[in-house]
Amino acid sequence: MQTQPSLLTVVTFLPLLSVAALLLLRADDHLWIRRIALAASLAEFVVSLFLLRGFDAAESHYQFEEVHEWIGQAIHYHMGVDGISLFLVLLTTFLTPLAVVCSWRSIHENVQGFFISLLVLETGLIGVFVSLDLFLFFVFWEAMLIPMYFIIGMWGHEHRIYAAVKFILYTMFGSILMLVAILWLFNLTGTFDLQDIQAKLQAGIVSLAPVTELLLFGAFFLAFAIKVPLFPFHTWLPVAHTEAPTAGSVILAGVMLKLGTYGMLRFCLPLFPDAAHRMAPLIGVLAIIGIVYGALVATVQHDLKRLVAYTSVSHLGFVVLGIFAFSTVSIEGAIYQMLNHGVTTGALFLGVGMLYDRRHTHEIKEFGGLATPMPVLMSFFLFISLSSLALPPLNGFIGEFLVLIGTFEHHPIWASWAASGAVLSAIYLLWAYQRVALGEIRVDANRTLPDATTRERAILLSMAIMILFMGIASPLFTKRMEVSTNSVLHQMERARNAWRSAPVEPAGKPTVVLPRPAAARITDRWVP
Amino acid sequence: MHFPAEQLLNLYRLAPEVVLCVFGMLIMVLDPLVEAANKQVLGWLGFAGALAALAAVRLMANDPGPAYSRLIVADPFSIFVHVVTIGAAALAILGSLNYLDSEGIQRGEYYSLVLFATAGMGILAGANELVTAFIGLEMSSISTYILAGFRRRALESNEASLKYFLLGSFATAFFLYGIAMVYGAAGSTKIDDVQAFLESWQAANGTPSALAMLGLGLMFVGLGFKVVAAPFQIYAPDVYQGAPSPVTALLASAPKAATFAVMLRIFCVAFGGSAHYWFWAIAVSAVLTMFIGNLAALVQTNVKRMLAYSSIAHAGYILVALAASTSAGVAAVLFYLAAYVLMKVGAFLVVTHLGQQGEKRLEIRDYAGLGMKQPLLAASFSLFLLSLLGLPATGGFLGKFFAFQAALYLRDPRFVWLVVIAALNSVIGAYYYLRVIIVMYFSEPSGDYVQTAVAPALSLALVLAAAGTLYLGLFPARVLILAKAAADSLSLR
Repeated sequence: MQTQPSLLTVVTFLPLLSVAALLLLRADDHLWIRRIALAASLAEFVVSLFLLRGFDAAESHYQFEEVHEWIGQAIHYHMGVDGISLFLVLLTTFLTPLAVVCSWRSIHENVQGFFISLLVLETGLIGVFVSLDLFLFFVFWEAMLIPMYFIIGMWGHEHRIYAAVKFILYTMFGSILMLVAILWLFNLTGTFDLQDIQAKLQAGIVSLAPVTELLLFGAFFLAFAIKVPLFPFHTWLPVAHTEAPTAGSVILAGVMLKLGTYGMLRFCLPLFPDAAHRMAPLIGVLAIIGIVYGALVATVQHDLKRLVAYTSVSHLGFVVLGIFAFSTVSIEGAIYQMLNHGVTTGALFLGVGMLYDRRHTHEIKEFGGLATPMPVLMSFFLFISLSSLALPPLNGFIGEFLVLIGTFEHHPIWASWAASGAVLSAIYLLWAYQRVALGEIRVDANRTLPDATTRERAILLSMAIMILFMGIASPLFTKRMEVSTNSVLHQMERARNAWRSAPVEPAGKPTVVLPRPAAARITDRWVP
Repeated sequence: MHFPAEQLLNLYRLAPEVVLCVFGMLIMVLDPLVEAANKQVLGWLGFAGALAALAAVRLMANDPGPAYSRLIVADPFSIFVHVVTIGAAALAILGSLNYLDSEGIQRGEYYSLVLFATAGMGILAGANELVTAFIGLEMSSISTYILAGFRRRALESNEASLKYFLLGSFATAFFLYGIAMVYGAAGSTKIDDVQAFLESWQAANGTPSALAMLGLGLMFVGLGFKVVAAPFQIYAPDVYQGAPSPVTALLASAPKAATFAVMLRIFCVAFGGSAHYWFWAIAVSAVLTMFIGNLAALVQTNVKRMLAYSSIAHAGYILVALAASTSAGVAAVLFYLAAYVLMKVGAFLVVTHLGQQGEKRLEIRDYAGLGMKQPLLAASFSLFLLSLLGLPATGGFLGKFFAFQAALYLRDPRFVWLVVIAALNSVIGAYYYLRVIIVMYFSEPSGDYVQTAVAPALSLALVLAAAGTLYLGLFPARVLILAKAAADSLSLR
């Protein structure tokens, strides 16, 4: 285990460091603020690529680990990546420069504050993905809400304040119970370190009573389900998306929603496998409702951005379904689908944002026949839509396909219901494309719209290349995920076996937690 | 004076209070000699007095132990609380300097009263005997009654003072009556004697002495009033709103910290063996306090009043940790108090500045656009609010974190419920703290906003409070070790 500063610390805190550079600039020097923000986010992306180079696909442990004592002996600064978090970190560093570029012109008030928020947000997001200490994880998890809150609330559209408040209260409500659960786990295991907790649970040193496990699972799961968002906790999402500025939507859909599904994979499954198995039928059903409901609601939207927002509800349903189908293939598909959704939906929001920059509306009926004035932009739009509706050989296909096959192994009925979502996605996306791009131009203002600028082409092209690359070269990604995916499933199995062999609680008065283990094992460890 | 060495040692262990009173009297003597235009000097003298008292605390820490036949103890616990209360007073003095000028009430006795009140809190922190605690309580209370009415010409300030005085003296009478009951039962008013008596009684009879428990209940009325625990919180919003803003900063922080200290000694040490019996009183009060504070704060439009309700809510969170009555619980209370004092004083000092002359601008809507006009001030206010909310990386979060941890550590379903209620309450709190931030950053500035520069003294206070809040949030280990040592110096049961 490495204790020297590792690359991960650099990757996590580089954006925060560049905030200091931004603060040195005068607030009205917009050009240089934008340039430095772009340079910082690009540098961050390049640095993060070194993670990919140093990553060993055959290693099942966390890599680039770094551990320092932080508060007493119980709370550590512990970071590391595995095949699951690696690509999510890369997704974050890939999308942030694009978010910077797409805000180049569209953000013109308090420019400094905006880019500072965006970079702080990047640090928070990466921090969540690489934290291996529950306390550190929670700190990043909560801290990242504030920059997002400001991005929605300060630079959003008409109902931005309502959206920002709804967003933050929903998320805080979920996470506060997770905090209680984290503390409870600490009381049982005497540590906040994820690996230590896992080891203790798997070795049967600490075993959770079924009720306790279910409650802890519920507290964690609720926080993540709100974030995903899983039906019926999704109501904050369309509002937040519609009101957020383009960059906010890109990061929100591209990365932030993945925090929820990532959390399920990282915490809910390995720590509480039995509860996960018990709750899987319910969660699977909710995921399927989300898939179908999200798709149906997306179909009838007349606001383009809201439509894209509802596709997230539908697509993230696939991810949750894949995770709770508990097969290697479905989980790999779920992880891959997380990445795809990040790229594709990010790209969709970027496209919608470009339309908004031109017409200052998201109403579909205001558009129509846009392919004539804007052939390039609309071609990209079509390409991205096709990726979103999972057309082979684009990236969306691989993810959905893996999820569906993996799910079919154990739950053929779930898979068939979920497949209907794939069909529905073709309907709402193609129909939307038809209403926006094809046909006669109905609104005069649309006749003279300029086509994509060089800056926009650069954004769209990098997205399109990524979409195609992830579609064709998926083994490059999945081979790095496979070991970690298997290790999640292994941990689940081991923990379940440990639980079965653990002594059964004495009958009688139902206790909420197990009897207190020997004092020697759990000492008050706040202070050395 | 037969044993001068012992007398000296007694004084040594009372050094902070001596220093505070000496400076307080010095200011009173100098007051007539200083010209009206230069009265601010007296304020700086008061600040110097607070710093000197902190130095005296450092001295006292070299040789801890009991003084004046165990009426006072200078143990790590008392030292920790001393630092917290004197620090809060020092910050409040810094925040008062320019405020008093702009209100036209710059007078020496203001600073003397602040120092006397602080000396009273010091006695509360070190009291090992109930009547001594009562003296400390009265000393700090009477000074703050006067301070609350210091804007003599403002009606609301007079109202605050009178209300505080009438209800406060009523509450302290309850406290005194409680002491009498305990004395009647135990035959002593020293904390350790009461503890020993209660333990032997309980060993002999199985249940705690009813008379002593009645006394405890009466004492809780008096102390609950001071820490603003429900159902004794009614006065707080009016008093906090009416009192001059820097006085509110002091009222909401230091006396509360000192009173919690004496509560810890009475509940967790003297009555520690009967924790099982008083748990419900504290738990019910904690739940009520949290709900009343948070729900009422939701609908406030006046910032001062909102912060007043918020400090009621915070008393509830602290009571959760107090109810645990363990070493971890006491340490959590102490850590919470340190963080709480910094963020609360900081928040009220920002309000002091933004209120402008005559405290006219206290509505939340008056803060519109502050984020654009005075970014640093708005950022520091946001920091204090987010810390009050309990956002990670701030002291307020770790305060709650340790408090919840201490309560859950007992693995008792009752505490699980208590913590879940407290956790949900902190989400309710998020709404009203964020509302102020929304107005500061997301709204357009109103036309008649007059931007005023922040005076150097106030800036210093704000920087200290903000740095402290962040320090406690990011590197809490050192303070936590001190809090832990302080908790261990009590003989808990």
